[in-house]
Amino acid sequence: MAFLSIQDLSISFGGLTALTHISIDVRQGLILSIIGPNGAGKTTVFNCITGIYRPNQGSITFQGKELVGKKPYQVASMGIARTFQNIELFSHMTTMDNLLLGRHIHMKTNVFTGATFLTRRSPAAREEREHRERVERIIEFLEIESARDIPVLALPYGTRKLVELGRALAMEPTLLLLDEPSAGMNQEEKRDMMFWIRDIRDDFKVTIIMVEHDMNLVMDISDEIVALNFGVKLAQGAPNAVQKNPEVLEAYLGQQ
Amino acid sequence: MDMKRDYFEDIQLFRTNTVLVATVVFLAVLAIVPFFAGAYTLYVLNLIAIHSIVAIGLNILVGYTGQISLGHAGFFAIGAYSCVLLMVKAGVPFIFALPAAGFISAVFGFVLGLPSLRLEGPYLAIATLGFGMAVTQVISHSDFTGGHMGIKAPPMSVGPFVADTGAAQYAVIVTITVILAIAAVNLVKSRVGRAFVAIRDSEVAAEAMGINLPYYKTLAFAVSAFYTGIAGALMAFALEHVSAGSFNLILSITFLAMVIVGGLASVMGSILGAALLTYLQLKLLVIQEAPGIGPFLLEVSKRFLTPEGIPNIQSIVIGAIMIAIVIFEPLGMHGIYLRTKRYWRTWPF
Ligand SMILES: Nc1ncnc2c1ncn2[C@@H]1O[C@H](COP(=O)(O)OP(=O)(O)OP(=O)(O)O)[C@@H](O)[C@H]1O
Ligand SMILES: [Mg+2]
Repeated sequence: MAFLSIQDLSISFGGLTALTHISIDVRQGLILSIIGPNGAGKTTVFNCITGIYRPNQGSITFQGKELVGKKPYQVASMGIARTFQNIELFSHMTTMDNLLLGRHIHMKTNVFTGATFLTRRSPAAREEREHRERVERIIEFLEIESARDIPVLALPYGTRKLVELGRALAMEPTLLLLDEPSAGMNQEEKRDMMFWIRDIRDDFKVTIIMVEHDMNLVMDISDEIVALNFGVKLAQGAPNAVQKNPEVLEAYLGQQ
Repeated sequence: MDMKRDYFEDIQLFRTNTVLVATVVFLAVLAIVPFFAGAYTLYVLNLIAIHSIVAIGLNILVGYTGQISLGHAGFFAIGAYSCVLLMVKAGVPFIFALPAAGFISAVFGFVLGLPSLRLEGPYLAIATLGFGMAVTQVISHSDFTGGHMGIKAPPMSVGPFVADTGAAQYAVIVTITVILAIAAVNLVKSRVGRAFVAIRDSEVAAEAMGINLPYYKTLAFAVSAFYTGIAGALMAFALEHVSAGSFNLILSITFLAMVIVGGLASVMGSILGAALLTYLQLKLLVIQEAPGIGPFLLEVSKRFLTPEGIPNIQSIVIGAIMIAIVIFEPLGMHGIYLRTKRYWRTWPF
């Protein structure tokens, strides 16, 4: 049984068919990249997995459980974290608070314990301290210490991308969806990002699905690649095989 | 360098000794006021304290969670009537009736929160507006609630202690206000408060964090209604009477104005906003006595506005002050505070 299994997924918006009979199996522990030209339907796949869109047809099972019909917050609490193509951070909050929100599903404080945490030993305060320590380790891992107490609104684009990645990591997901993690970054930042993604897979034991336009990065770190075009899956396989696939060359690589 | 730090420092109530000292001094002043202040001053302070509770509660909804309500006078009324009716008709002692009133109001808040799951912005404003007006209508037409005449409120009492003087009322009301303010400061720093702000900043991202949107939105309404209900109950005792007429749309809007003038998403701002608007409203009742401009305003009012004049010029002046604050300090009085703090930190350079 696949870790994540997408079967016969179709979705359309009005007259526009964004995905047509897509099936993708994702094995645990791999880095799988989804490539394809603009508008191919890559982000739509993520939105279907995370419950933002409800597909017209098909099923998505994660560790044997059906995801279609689940609300985004339910999908998140099952261990699926994501980043967004256009960065969705809590812009008035600091980096620390953004990452702490990643800990939300692992914390228990409710309105009553939250309103009464005065002393060091109260349950809410103890929990808060414990999770701040975990978040601090992620901040160190991504080397964003200097952004720790700054509202993300005031951070440069590249740092925001890292904060969003950190927030997803703070959720301790088993499946991580990255939508164009290196978009808008310079060469050096891209290389760092590549190492981090690999480290994340190895150190955090996370399965990663990544949408990415930078082919060097994709070829370098992917274990498998899925190519989409106009909502149709063209190929799935090892990077070299997909890269040589004539349909893919025609549709995607040929354009460049 | 030893990097190990204690994260309790980040979340404790008094992050620095300055804050601790300032708070202690402030509380000490609050404690000795009744020994010096006259009856009227205590009455004004009681109103400020009660409005502070409302503003804090409303700010949790508006400032922190990013929802809107034009119906908080409804919760204020529900709290006031619940508490007084529980005491008068069911003989429930004040110390139980007060929290009960808060929880009854919270239940209504939860129910009113349900449309917030589907409605946004102006639509939610209209839904809450309808709620506020419906509450007043129901209360003023029911015999059980005393109809238009309202009901007389018994004095607050805690065990053998009966708050039948202005100073005693002050003691009860201010104590409750301080407790609720501290609870709010804690809450907004906790997991729950962070979830509220997350919803305000990005619902999409909040859901991606596993935040149960329906739950936290309705919870924000319930918490906000709880605060407002408690405040409404205290108001019944401060005025020694409840009647439906006072819980109108203007009151709901005044509450909202306190939050905006004080500063969105700030507990201290809520208190400052409540204090400023309460004080202004009382002062403007006697604006014709103001030195210099008083007679002039009275004249303007008589000449260009209705024959009674004064109420109109009051509304205009208070409106102008609110507009000025929002234009010159969008962060409200909390923003002024932040700027002052920054100034003193670098003083005298
Ligand atoms: N909510 C929506 N409403 C209408 N059309 C949509 C919606 N979401 C996606 N689409 C359409 O579906 C198609 C696929 O969009 P998607 O965002 O998945 O593309 P993509 O592969 O991520 O492209 P890009 O590389 O530009 O990010 C596009 O034609 C897009 O316009
Ligand atoms: Mg996309």
